[in-house]
Amino acid sequence: MKILAKTGNEAMAYAMKQINPDVVAAYPITPATEVVQIFSNYVADGEVDTEFVAVESEHSALSACCGASAAGARVMTSTASQGLALMHEILYIAAGNHLPIVIALVNRSLSAPINIHCDHSDTMGSREAGWMQLYCANSQEAYDSIPIALKIAEACGVPAIVSTDAFIISHCMDRLEVLEDDEVQKFIGEYNPKYFALDLENPKTYGPLDLQDYFFEHKRSQIDAFSKVLSTYNKVAKEYEKLSGRYYPAVEEYKTDGADVAIFTAGSTADTAKEVVDELREQGRKVGLVRMRMWRPLPVEEIKAALGKFKAVAVMDRSDTMADFGGPVFLETRGILYDLDKKPIITDYVYGLGGRNVEIADIVRVYDEISEIAKTGKVKKLVTYLGVRGEE
Amino acid sequence: MKDVKVECQRLMDWQELAKGCLIQEAATSRHFKTGDWRSLRPVWDSEACIQCLFCWITCPDTSIKVEDGKVVGIDYEFCKGCGICAEICPPKASAIKMVREEK
Repeated sequence: MKILAKTGNEAMAYAMKQINPDVVAAYPITPATEVVQIFSNYVADGEVDTEFVAVESEHSALSACCGASAAGARVMTSTASQGLALMHEILYIAAGNHLPIVIALVNRSLSAPINIHCDHSDTMGSREAGWMQLYCANSQEAYDSIPIALKIAEACGVPAIVSTDAFIISHCMDRLEVLEDDEVQKFIGEYNPKYFALDLENPKTYGPLDLQDYFFEHKRSQIDAFSKVLSTYNKVAKEYEKLSGRYYPAVEEYKTDGADVAIFTAGSTADTAKEVVDELREQGRKVGLVRMRMWRPLPVEEIKAALGKFKAVAVMDRSDTMADFGGPVFLETRGILYDLDKKPIITDYVYGLGGRNVEIADIVRVYDEISEIAKTGKVKKLVTYLGVRGEE
Repeated sequence: MKDVKVECQRLMDWQELAKGCLIQEAATSRHFKTGDWRSLRPVWDSEACIQCLFCWITCPDTSIKVEDGKVVGIDYEFCKGCGICAEICPPKASAIKMVREEK
């Protein structure tokens, strides 16, 4: 086992190097610039065999990725925020054509106002595009998630996004355990797509016009491919555990045994909340944490099993839906828990927009408030904007 | 009255389809006759034609029929009536004229 010191961006670039994709087409954007900048060094130094395509925008980057992937190549790219927004149109095209592209993404808020720091509004805005989404809590997880995501994407014909929190993970130096190159290669295997456009013996057409008579059937089959992602994930994550000793469930529970209340959140905040849980547990408080790692597809049964047992749950959402009804994780979690006979009271805390720091005290406050809700059964405020000035 | 032939084809269920609307056969555009899109019909005059083949090389639907290197007619099953052939035909020859399609 090799131990390195790397930032989140360096870790994702290193994972890409070990995968050695056939094609990477990318356009730089803060805070994900380093991922492709470092990767382009690997290309220049001959450490990978990748064809690196420097393009003029993210729209072009993902378009070039789609072309390469349809041609039969193993393809990756990287972006953040506005870059993902500019890719939005092509996200659907990659997914609709079942092209297993992987994006190493850094979560950053969307303009306006312009900001370069972390929130999850970029990927949350792309939930319906047909990409698997994995939200990582630290650099190690980001490194591990890249080959995991690639393997699932190629097995299911579904593209994938692996994301880290802007600066908090992307630029923070961390201890990183890495696999050997050949271990990664063996894990992901050779990419042999069943169909590819450059099959000269059996020519294919990708992306033809599909009207009222067949469009719906093709969408239905896309949803079916997506329905196999979670079971494939569970298998691949176990396989990766055998290789690395590190296991990442789609929904992670932390000290939930005997807990009355829990926070349900994602990304680096989950790691901060673990510290809070440790402290509160020492004080004898019955609190736990559930971490959302996969948010597309929704791990419905896992979320029911993880959250159904509490008296009260606070979702911490790092983006808002502008529905005037809280954040996306909150809304979808409420939908998932609706069918349970006995369900927790569930409230939402929208926090950390534009990189606003979330502190230990903020998380303690959330635990205090949901503990009170669990005791009294009364919800004073369904959606709270946590850490914003001008609010109680 | 003209006979109208209606082809009834069973439409497939989603489970039977190739993923992503992939067409696994080459040159399927041959099955899709676009001639009925036409409102103007190119009429070729074999006497006036000087066999420059400009119409053949510019036709976007490969609808100029050529045999042994010579234009022999127009494929009305696919010609959409865009008029490029008539436009490109040298004025001195003026061997292709666009006429309105009549019922």
